[in-house]
Parts: sequence; structure tokens; C-alpha cells
Amino acid sequence: MAQHQVNYASSAGLPIVLTTVDKLVNWGRSNSLWPLTYGLACCAIEMMASGGSRFDFDRFGTIFRASPRQADVMILAGTLSKKHAEFTRRLYDQMAEPKWVISMGSCANTGGMFNTYATVQGVDRIVPVDIYLPGCAPRPETLQYALMMLQKKIRRESANMNKNRKQNLRLI
Amino acid sequence: MQQTNKLTPFFENLNFERNDNTMVINLGPQHPSAHGQLRLVLELDGEKVVKAYPDIGYLHRGIEKMAENMTYNEFLPTTDRLDYIASTSNNYAYAHAVEQLLGIEIPERAQVIRTMLLEVNRIISHLFFLATHALDVGAMSIFLYAFREREFGMDLMEEYCGARLTHSAVRIGGVPLDLPKGWTQELLKWCDTVEYELANTYEKLLNENRIWKMRLEDVGVISAEEAQSWGCSGPMLRGSGVQYDIRKEEPYELYSKLEFDIPVSDRCDSYGRYRLYMEEMKESIKILRQLVPMYDKTAPQLMAHAPQYISAPKEEIMTQNYALMQHFVLVTQGMRPPKGEVYAPTESPKGELGFYIKSEGEPYAYRLKCRAPSFFHTGLLQEMLVGAYIADVVTIIGSTNIVFGEVDR
Repeated sequence: MAQHQVNYASSAGLPIVLTTVDKLVNWGRSNSLWPLTYGLACCAIEMMASGGSRFDFDRFGTIFRASPRQADVMILAGTLSKKHAEFTRRLYDQMAEPKWVISMGSCANTGGMFNTYATVQGVDRIVPVDIYLPGCAPRPETLQYALMMLQKKIRRESANMNKNRKQNLRLI
Repeated sequence: MQQTNKLTPFFENLNFERNDNTMVINLGPQHPSAHGQLRLVLELDGEKVVKAYPDIGYLHRGIEKMAENMTYNEFLPTTDRLDYIASTSNNYAYAHAVEQLLGIEIPERAQVIRTMLLEVNRIISHLFFLATHALDVGAMSIFLYAFREREFGMDLMEEYCGARLTHSAVRIGGVPLDLPKGWTQELLKWCDTVEYELANTYEKLLNENRIWKMRLEDVGVISAEEAQSWGCSGPMLRGSGVQYDIRKEEPYELYSKLEFDIPVSDRCDSYGRYRLYMEEMKESIKILRQLVPMYDKTAPQLMAHAPQYISAPKEEIMTQNYALMQHFVLVTQGMRPPKGEVYAPTESPKGELGFYIKSEGEPYAYRLKCRAPSFFHTGLLQEMLVGAYIADVVTIIGSTNIVFGEVDR
């Protein structure tokens, strides 16, 4: 009986893929980032334009969700006032782990041009921020780049949720 | 046994006498169709709204107070962030008020460019209204179509001033730049595109659309008397059959020389207002087409000649000693308008936008008040929402076209 030998190296290769759980999970997480529709001020209009027909964020797997329970990313687009800060924290707490925050625009980063009695001077006083995105208002391309940076960051993370949570806690 | 009325809802400054058969719900401040940061507290009887209370102040940034600590030119970019959908109309309203205070004449070319930018912004803003209103009601495709044309309009603005959203394209005393080469041709092309899409896409998709009509007709009805007594302006007032437009009543810039109509709808409902917005875009296109030949006939002066208030052109500053001194004082201290107060209304895409400025002869305004149309339209919600179904609340909010940068300031 002749032995039938298959040389996987010369043909199409083994019909299996080797990877780590980390990589597999992060691949899934980073390619389906669902942001919360959290428009606060002017930047929200650019965030809407990003979802519109020219910039079309759907191709990155970012589909805007209206409920924090379904969202992975909170894009804080606009000026956060002290009256609203309480709600931001509540919404952040309502989001399921793992979760990330993008601070979009100067107002969200540092308070920007509104150094007044009513404005929170940087949303990192309220929630832990992953990506800071400069500009007033940032162009949709900038938001796109920020999302790609966030994807990069997620791919480097450990898929172990506890580890991430500890990091988050330390940030707060 | 189930205990009813055990938990009384707690809302700051609000008193609800809760019965067992009504329910108090909270909408916003984070709600996808709350148009920013509107918070509505609704008392419902079944599916009908019995009482509505709009709670504002979630985007209060203290803009009016900031104006008291900034020189007149410094404050201009802040006005961008009021009604951020049509920034130039805010810039213009502010610059117009300061110009009235100074009593200066604007060169003709600057007037033409300003009027062009105002009308481009009006179309951009109305397209945005259409997109978001349709998205709220459930027509996702209109959102994508309207944003396509809006992006082309933003390209025009970007080519002129370099910014997509926060333009600062108008200066006190004129405009900073001349139009780039070929800009007017691009503008005319865009006008053709918008006109074509209006007639062939939006109106064909929506005007006779059964769902669209069912959602909008007889929803958010506001009579002419109510609209007037609540201080409505712009499409909210004209949607109730009152023909009132600042561009005709108190013409500014070139509006007295231009031929255009003021569309009015006497349906008083959301559908009438939607039709009105469409007609207004067509009128804006008409205005833009008249402005292009006017532009070519004007002399290339862009800033008003008033050396004690506005810096002289660069050549004069570089060659004449006195002009340099005046420029130095204007840059280091800011302009000092004469003592007095002024209120100058303009017709922004959303209604009457005016700035009241009180000057004490110092480089800083003593008091600045912004009369924003959206503020009055938000107040109207407590009347309009009563008796409406909960599903219509979103339609009515969309139909009022409120922007919270303007409401809370």
C-alpha cells in the first residue's frame, strides 16, 4: 500500500491557524468598536459627519449606539459643563466592560477656550480617558485617526478583563 | 399587595403632583434625538403627554460673561460656538452689532462676500435640519443624502476660510480674505447640485411619502397667536402663517437690493415647517445666483476704512508711521468704541439672532446679550408637547430645530 504523503509546506499550508486567545479576542474587540452617541456640543456635528456618507465610519466597524449598555467606546464630543458631569459619570458606569473613552476636541481635553465657572476643565477629571484628540473642532479624519489609534491600543492589551479593570481603577 | 406611589420622583426645582395613573419620565440630557443636551421631564397619561418641562443649562458655558473680559476682536471666534451649525451667521450678527456701534461703512465687496457666506450657511444649516429631522423620524437614507450635499457646502467654506465648522469668516469691518480663484464657479455648481437634489431626491422621497406625512402632519401644531406670544421667529413663525423676516423688515447688507420671496406656510404643523425649509433653500439659491455677477462689479477693498477702530491695510502700516502707531494701539489695547448701546437683529437660519452690546468706551463690552432664536423655541416645547403622543415628542423636538450652543450659551 502506497503511503500518501501531503507536503503542507509546498501546498496551501495547514488548514489551521495558530494564534493566542489575546490576539483573537483583541481582533474581535478592536474591529467592532461601538461608540455611544454622546454629542455634547460642536464636535458632535463633526462626529455625525463622520458617520455620514463621505467619511463612512461603518467600514471600521464603528456603529453608533444610543444606549450605553450596548456601547464599547464613549466619544466625549464637546464641552462638558459641571451640570452635565454627573450624567457623564453615570453613563460611563452603565457601559459594560471592556470600555474605552475618547476625548474629542479641546473643550473635552482641557476645557479649551471656555475657562469659566460652568465648564469642567478636562473630562479626565470625570472619566479615565484613553485617547485625547486635539482640534476645535477636529475634522472627521482626525476622529478616524483617533479610532485607529484606539484600535492599535486595544490590540496591545491583554484580553484578561481583570487586568484592564485594575488599570482603569488606578486611573480613576 | 403592591404598593403604589411609594417612590416619589425627585427632580430639582420641579413639582409634580403625581397621580397613580400618570407616569413621570425623563428624556435626556443624553438622548440621540435631544439635539444636544436637552432634558425633558414628561408626565404621561398612558401614551399622551400631560405636562412637559424642558430643563436647560447643560451646555451653559458662560459665553456672555466671557465677552465682558475680552476685547471686541477677541470675542469673535467665541461666537462660532453659539449656533455651531451655521457659524458665519453668528459671526456676522456680532460683527454687525459692533459695526452699528462704531458707525462704520462696509466696502461693497465685503458686503457681497458676507451675504454669499450667510446664504451658503443658511443652506448648510437647513440641510442639517433635514438630515437630523428625517433621522429622528426614521428616514435614515435622507440623512446620508443630505449630508452628502452638506459636505460639498462645507468644502466651499473650507476653501474660503480654512475651517469646516468654526469659520470665523467675518471680521468687524469687513472680511479677512478675498474669494479664492474660481470659487464663484464652484458655488454656482453647488447651487445647481443642491437645486437638482432638492427637487429630485428629497422632495420626491418625502413630500408624498405616506409614513413621512403620517408622522408629521398635524403634529406640533402652533397657532399664529401662540407663535407670536412665545417670541418665535424664523421658520417657526413663518410656519404658522406670519410673514416676518428680518431680511425684509429691517434689511441689512445687500438684502434690500436682492430679489427674493419670503415663503410662508399656514399649515402650522411640522409638515408645513418642513416644506418651508425646502422653499427657503430654493430662495437662498436664488440669492446666491444674483450675488455672483454683483461680485465681479465691485472694487477689491475688503476692510472698512476707519483707522481708529480697524487696522489699516498692510502696505500703509509698513510705510506710514501714524498708521503703524494706530495699529500698535489696536493690537495691544483693542478698539475703543464710543459710549452707547446697540441691538442689531439679523435673520439667522433659525430665526432672529441679535446681539445687544453696551459700551462704556472701553476695549471691553460692559454687557453683551445674545438674543438667540432657539431659546424661545425651547420654551415653546412646554406648550407644544402637551397632548402629543410620546412617539411624536421626537418629531416635535426635531421640527423646532433647536441648537443647544445657542440656548444655553
